Amino acid sequence: MDIHLSNASLHWQHHCVFSQLNLTLPGGRWTSILGQSGVGKSSLIQLLCGIADEADVQGEIACSDGKPLTGRVAWMAQDDLLLPWLSVLDNVLLGARLTQQRRPKPEQIERARYLLSQVGLSERAQVLPAQLSGGQRQRVALARTLFQDCPLVCMDEPFSALDAINRLRLQDLAASLLHDRTVLMITHDPLEALRLSDQILVLGGSPAKLSSPITPPGRAPRQVSDSEVLRLQGELLEMLAGETS
Amino acid sequence: MMRLLRPLIIALGLTLLWQSIVWITGAPKFILPGPVQVFTTLFEQAPLLAKHGAVTLAEILLGLVFGVMLGLISALSLATWGPLRRWLMPVLVISQAIPVFALAPVLMLWLGYGMASKIAMATLIIYFPVTAACFDGLRQTPTGYLKLARTLGASKRAQLLQIRLPAALPAFASGLRVAASVAPIGAVVGEWVGSSTGLGYLMLNANARMQVDLMFAALLVLALIAVTLYFLIDFLARRLMPWQADSLNKAKASSAGHQ
Repeated sequence: MDIHLSNASLHWQHHCVFSQLNLTLPGGRWTSILGQSGVGKSSLIQLLCGIADEADVQGEIACSDGKPLTGRVAWMAQDDLLLPWLSVLDNVLLGARLTQQRRPKPEQIERARYLLSQVGLSERAQVLPAQLSGGQRQRVALARTLFQDCPLVCMDEPFSALDAINRLRLQDLAASLLHDRTVLMITHDPLEALRLSDQILVLGGSPAKLSSPITPPGRAPRQVSDSEVLRLQGELLEMLAGETS
Repeated sequence: MMRLLRPLIIALGLTLLWQSIVWITGAPKFILPGPVQVFTTLFEQAPLLAKHGAVTLAEILLGLVFGVMLGLISALSLATWGPLRRWLMPVLVISQAIPVFALAPVLMLWLGYGMASKIAMATLIIYFPVTAACFDGLRQTPTGYLKLARTLGASKRAQLLQIRLPAALPAFASGLRVAASVAPIGAVVGEWVGSSTGLGYLMLNANARMQVDLMFAALLVLALIAVTLYFLIDFLARRLMPWQADSLNKAKASSAGHQ
């Protein structure tokens, strides 16, 4: 299922951050948007998730199957947003707990446990999030996002709070678990975008515009040492740096 | 071991301080009786103190129950219903300009000399701190949690019950701690204004008859009730909210949790 966002605009204190922005997310593909802080990346993703209430942001969203997108987007933020009073397993089950009257069904618990084992945390299902490290917490957030099983997954700088090694590991994990999904990821790390995405767009300028897509060759997750990846990283960094001057 | 010994050491230290003040100032018995004399009276008059103490304890506990329930209900309705919040919040704040103690004679007039007026005093004095603490807790839910809940398709009701309410529990516990320490004030002030039982009554009575040792003994019982209540609530709050990190005593616990 393709998703089209057209005529998106964002205003911040009577200042136009971007307007008439068009974006197409091809079904089953991973799209990344690169940009500096303050170009409205997070507002764009919150618009797609239907949770952009602070910002003056508008746009028309159309899905290729004709149905509305509302309720069919999973959101993963930079902050893991694990509820501190629920166990790791219950945090993965949060979607079920919040929408149904009764307790989660056995098959739902089974699925949550399976997802936890996929992110390598089946041992820690019953502990509280406070007992996990930052990388583990973000893995639980990934399992919770997968549990929702939505046609579109929106990720807002999902790995930016992690150290370099944990970030690489989680990128590999995300690439394998989300490989056939429609994903929109926002990041300011060109290497991260190049490792994971099928197409990369740069959002920049004032008012901000989207660049034409860059499509890195090969399959995700790409190696950090890949020469083509490194060349494109340099190109992207130059594009991003060029905006500031 | 130290955890058990520490309160005893503190109690002993305070008693010594008390005794030394008596020694240094040479205050007569009817101004400041020494700890030995007060403890003797405490044991000799134990039945009397227990009888009046039980009345005051009942007033405090009932005041706590009513005050906390009213405060919780008010905070929940203020948080869920916008118009109520806009109309009632200013009224609530203005109502705090009237000192609760100044109402004691009026309450006495309306509810009589019995326990009802004292319970009302304790309830009134607790009501505002509990309401304010719970309301603050309910409206300060991290926006990220609520946004996540919305992308997960949670209804307003589910957001309130499963996100806002648990997130407000630590604030509620703070309100409860404050309530536990001010409830005895309400009950005793109520007894001072007019009653025929309770520790407040006993203290006034003993004072009038120059039985200063009995007054101090009653004061000790009151302090014991207040301290026990506070620690009981603190203990329960910690037990019920294991996720609420105590950053002062954290060093040992958190290093064990991380891998």
